[in-house]
Amino acid sequence: MNKTVNPNELKPADDVGPLYAARKKVYPQSVSGTFRRIKWALMAFCLGVYYFLPFVRWNRGLGAPSQAVLIDLPNSRFYFFFIELWPQEVYYFTGLLIVAAVALFLMNSVGGRIWCGYLCPQTVWTDLFYAVERLIEGDRRERMKKDKSSDPLKLERISEIVLKHSIWLMIAWWTGGAWVLYFNDAPTLVKELVTFQGPMIAYIWIGILTASTYLLAGFMREQVCTYMCPWPRIQAALTDEWALNVTYRYDRGEKRTSVKKAAELRALGQQVGDCVDCYQCVAVCPTGIDIRNGPQMECIQCGLCIDACDNVMAKIGRPKRLIGYDNDINIHRRQEGKAPIYRIVRARTIVYSAIIAAVGGFMVYTLATRSLLDVNVLHDRNPVAVKLSDGSIRNAYTVRLLNKSGYDRAIAIDVEGPVNPTMHVVGVDSVTPDRPIIVIPRDSTSELRLLVTAPAENNPEKSIPVRFHVMDIGLGVAASATDNFVAP
Amino acid sequence: MTDHHSDIDSVSGKSTTGHEWDGIKELNTPLPRWWVITFYLTIVWAIGYWIVYPAWPLIASNTTGVFGYSSRADVAVELANLEKIRGDKMAALGAAPLADIEKDPALLALARAKGKTVFGDNCAPCHGSGGAGAKGYPNLNDDDWLWGGTLDQIMQTIQFGARSGHAKTHEGQMLAFGKDGVLKPDEIATVANYVRSLSGLSTRNGFDAAKGAKIFAENCVACHGDGGKGNQEMGAPNLTDKIWLYGSDEATLIETISQGRAGVMPAWEGRLDPATIKAMAVYVHSLGGGK
Repeated sequence: MNKTVNPNELKPADDVGPLYAARKKVYPQSVSGTFRRIKWALMAFCLGVYYFLPFVRWNRGLGAPSQAVLIDLPNSRFYFFFIELWPQEVYYFTGLLIVAAVALFLMNSVGGRIWCGYLCPQTVWTDLFYAVERLIEGDRRERMKKDKSSDPLKLERISEIVLKHSIWLMIAWWTGGAWVLYFNDAPTLVKELVTFQGPMIAYIWIGILTASTYLLAGFMREQVCTYMCPWPRIQAALTDEWALNVTYRYDRGEKRTSVKKAAELRALGQQVGDCVDCYQCVAVCPTGIDIRNGPQMECIQCGLCIDACDNVMAKIGRPKRLIGYDNDINIHRRQEGKAPIYRIVRARTIVYSAIIAAVGGFMVYTLATRSLLDVNVLHDRNPVAVKLSDGSIRNAYTVRLLNKSGYDRAIAIDVEGPVNPTMHVVGVDSVTPDRPIIVIPRDSTSELRLLVTAPAENNPEKSIPVRFHVMDIGLGVAASATDNFVAP
Repeated sequence: MTDHHSDIDSVSGKSTTGHEWDGIKELNTPLPRWWVITFYLTIVWAIGYWIVYPAWPLIASNTTGVFGYSSRADVAVELANLEKIRGDKMAALGAAPLADIEKDPALLALARAKGKTVFGDNCAPCHGSGGAGAKGYPNLNDDDWLWGGTLDQIMQTIQFGARSGHAKTHEGQMLAFGKDGVLKPDEIATVANYVRSLSGLSTRNGFDAAKGAKIFAENCVACHGDGGKGNQEMGAPNLTDKIWLYGSDEATLIETISQGRAGVMPAWEGRLDPATIKAMAVYVHSLGGGK
């Protein structure tokens, strides 16, 4: 493609034209087939999860939120069914992001832009908006005709437009509404919202998401994928020669000619393609491209052109999948008379799968084994150590006990170190000397000031490690932390 | 730039603006209409903003806008709200008996948080930000207290101070035995060594312990007590422990005995409100548990 060009020899026709291209409105035609069905099913699933998940209940006991999935910002808690995450555990989200990113890479190396074509919110909502548009204004030709029509707007046309935008806005509004339900108890919030008692921030977010859904899915559509989204540009670097992409099998398609002429030529034993230049693949494309031009950045690989082409092939009695999931290697192999080979297991997919398995496995392991009781110890910095009147040395610590369980816990604290230290917790009278017992309310933390004293005869000469043990005296669940005991 | 006549660009088929620089012409590509409309809307918005909100600085003031909005007034309201929220809690702290505050985790946390900030503002210059003290300024983390380390005693010291001039202040003086001519230099050296011996520190060779004990009994016992155990009523330090406010070496002791000592702790009553003083007492007590 790249060849050196002498500017003086350029003819006007060689110029690719201005850098700015006005948008050509895309009117995708409806289509039926395997991939359309897959898309409907995935759309129903994704939207169903998004819209209804906040209403799923989960019993966590009295006083705890009973919403299955809840991001409780005021109390800094994240609830996901049986999992409850605290702010210091946000690394689970890091893990989730790593898994999500590598899963995208894996999808890409196996089947191209599966995310773009089937799962991306932009695709899902745009598809939904197209469906509404088609229902009200009719299919491709009808819409094109209506848009081109220079007649003054008739009442019928105006009502169509109003109805379309109203439904779009309702979907957009519900999209924003469902979003805020993840941040508060859904039934309560719905009640508050409809009676105009809801918090201002909820209305603001509903407004933002209504506007963005309406604009992105109703008006910007494929332009989001082409101009705003970085993914089309990144995925080009992730794909390889084995990745299955929506591909026009030009070995089967060229030369293009009419059905009749093709039959004649075939009868004469001449090479002729299956493609009849019906432009159905272009008509159904939501980004308005011609897949027969080869892989393109604008192609979101939704597979609708496969359905469109299959329908035509069935009609003209030629084998299906002139457009299908394939790669260039196989096209060349077929041209050379070899059987196509599909290689899903290869170094790239193994590495991606291994990363997903490792990160996912680690997350599941840590989640399963994480303690619902935790202790953090912070040594006083000023002063680090105090000499008492009898010559003993005392260090002070700030101890934070975390009770992540759903019930109050009675916690006993022990300190253990080579200097045989004694301990006192400010504000706590110990029943057992040197083993204070504190009740930590459920799902909360308590901060304690702990004074540890080494008797004069055991004064350490330098910093020595000490260990703090905390134990639920009822259940025996324990945690510990190590810090240093410092001599002045 | 040459003449100004618009023509059609042969490559793109678009009209040019007629501007030409060194043979390069500018295509006439107007801004998108939505962009221009947005631009005009921002101008309209700015004019509205200009009228509604304070905008123009005048010589001594500024235009106030039609709603009289002021961020300063907003801050004042916010501060008042904050005071209201905290006021309740501080009132609860003020009402609680001093002895019970440490037993209530919520009140203890409040008192410690409040005490820590107030300590930083008022006490840290002398006692250090962590209350570790310095020469002449007591360490508040240890268990040695000149005027007593119980909660009540700590609160009293904060309220009225020591030698502060307040009517209820702690009084007590370390006399200047040398400067005032009560003791002679050799007697001072002897009693200094004797005091060191009280807490087990080494003494100078040839030091006459009996003479030291006699001088101590005649001059020091009245305040520091028999055996030098100190007296918190008068703020007389315990001379037998390991903690020394000014230092335990011989030279320092001689200086102390010769010149006397009279450190001043200011009274905070009137400067801090009662609930804050209470929070301070609890905070200081929790530093080392007092005694």
